[in-house]
Amino acid sequence: MKPDGVSGVKPEPLTNPWLSGLLIGIVGLYIALLLGIPVVNIFYQAFREGIPAFLHRLTERELLSALRLTVLTALVVVPLNTFFGLCAALAIAHRRFPGRALLLSLIDLPFSISPVVAGLMLVLIFGRQGWLGSWNLRVIFAFPGIVLATAFITLPFVAREVLPVLEEAGTDQEEAAKTLGATPWQIFWRITLPNIRWGLLYGVILTNARAMGEFGAVAVVSGNIIGRTQTLPLFVEDAYRSYATASAYAAAVVLSLLAVVTLVAKEVMERGSHSRRVF
Amino acid sequence: MLQALSQLSWPWRLTLGYLLLMLVLPLAALIAKSSTVGWAEFWRIATDPVALSAYEVTFVTALLAALVNGVMGTLTAWVLVRYAFPGKKLLEGLIDLPFALPTAVAGLTLATVYSSNGWVGSLLAPFGIRISFTRLGVGVAMLFISFPFVVRTVQPVLQELEKDVEEAAWSLGASRFQTFRRVVLPQILPAVLTGVALGFSRAVGEYGSVVIIASSIPFRDLIAAVLVIQRLEQHDYAGATVIGTVMLGISFLSLVVINLLQAWGSRHET
Repeated sequence: MKPDGVSGVKPEPLTNPWLSGLLIGIVGLYIALLLGIPVVNIFYQAFREGIPAFLHRLTERELLSALRLTVLTALVVVPLNTFFGLCAALAIAHRRFPGRALLLSLIDLPFSISPVVAGLMLVLIFGRQGWLGSWNLRVIFAFPGIVLATAFITLPFVAREVLPVLEEAGTDQEEAAKTLGATPWQIFWRITLPNIRWGLLYGVILTNARAMGEFGAVAVVSGNIIGRTQTLPLFVEDAYRSYATASAYAAAVVLSLLAVVTLVAKEVMERGSHSRRVF
Repeated sequence: MLQALSQLSWPWRLTLGYLLLMLVLPLAALIAKSSTVGWAEFWRIATDPVALSAYEVTFVTALLAALVNGVMGTLTAWVLVRYAFPGKKLLEGLIDLPFALPTAVAGLTLATVYSSNGWVGSLLAPFGIRISFTRLGVGVAMLFISFPFVVRTVQPVLQELEKDVEEAAWSLGASRFQTFRRVVLPQILPAVLTGVALGFSRAVGEYGSVVIIASSIPFRDLIAAVLVIQRLEQHDYAGATVIGTVMLGISFLSLVVINLLQAWGSRHET
């Protein structure tokens, strides 16, 4: 429809260049202030003394041991929650039973509980005054506590990503395989797993990103002992507080690259499955 | 019951066992601990002036941040769905950043950028506006953390919207604003409110970015999550538990609201 003042027909509603320009400008400014400038700042601060200085910060002993602990935590938590998430999704998909909605909200619960409260719960179980306090398990202020807190926070991701894919794929192929005499394991490896592989991979990437970046829950249980129970996000805060800003930003760059990898993976997944995802 | 349990397949047993150990047990520990505090004592700790001001800072700031993002997120979704412009891909890619960036890193860079000698903060400092280490800083961190929710809930609904109805309204003589208010807004409102509720719930629980950008002084910019940690550091387990339980209650409440909003939204679709 062309703008045509003579015949009295209005122009098409959504093509006022002034209005669209203004709206794009407002959104662009808002996102630049809130997201764009802060991201550029991370890299600017980390590299403003030059690359050799950055590399020097990056190889400080405290930073490396924090990085090591973060990677180690992810190496335990990601397989654990991937296995659980797969089990949960396989058990729940294609079945309708009383309490299904309740079970799903229970799995989602870590999304809505504050990480600090999650950490507090663990302290109340394993801490010195907690339920199992007299057993003297070395959980709080130690590696097992960090693992448990991280596992709590990242519990929903794999199940949440795999479940809709399973529901969408239906059961026809699996039933066909069953009538043709396939064993449950064969069905899983040959049919189910290939069907859900992208959702599963995305769930694993999200779990990993959150596991490596978790701060609040870990801050409560770890005790933040430098070189022993300090993860990389805790190192960032600690360095910032002790005015070692350059070291904080060196660690921040490492964690930001993790975020970039996650966002790129999301983009690739979306292109593959033609659907938009909410994290 | 036991017989029913023994008939379950092993994925079921693993799922329920893991949930019991990882979620139900910790929840039970929190509720059990807070019930040993005693009702009068619970009330005294929960309504202590420092705690009350911490809730106020947390909930009011989170609500304001979620509402601002309700407007800005809807506008962002609109711009992304309806307009083509250079740099759109970049904008689109940045939206999910708060989901992926560790909160400590977000807090660190926001604190620097919005400090009175930072890139943005120095522009505001001459007007006497300080953001980092004030309640405004808490607000900025909460804006950051809750930004993607509204965009991502509204965007798919806007994409599905039939443009015909808008064009009909327009050709029947409705103004641009009337068309938006009467035709578009009613259809996207459930999604907007769901996004606001999700953003609010996330902002209320946020710790990492806020603790870095705020000075955490009681009655000024101390949030509930930081108060829990402070109480734990003073070995005041009862205090930490009571405030943690109040936060948990709010989480459950927002979960119910979110589910109701989503139910409303899906009824709207059909």
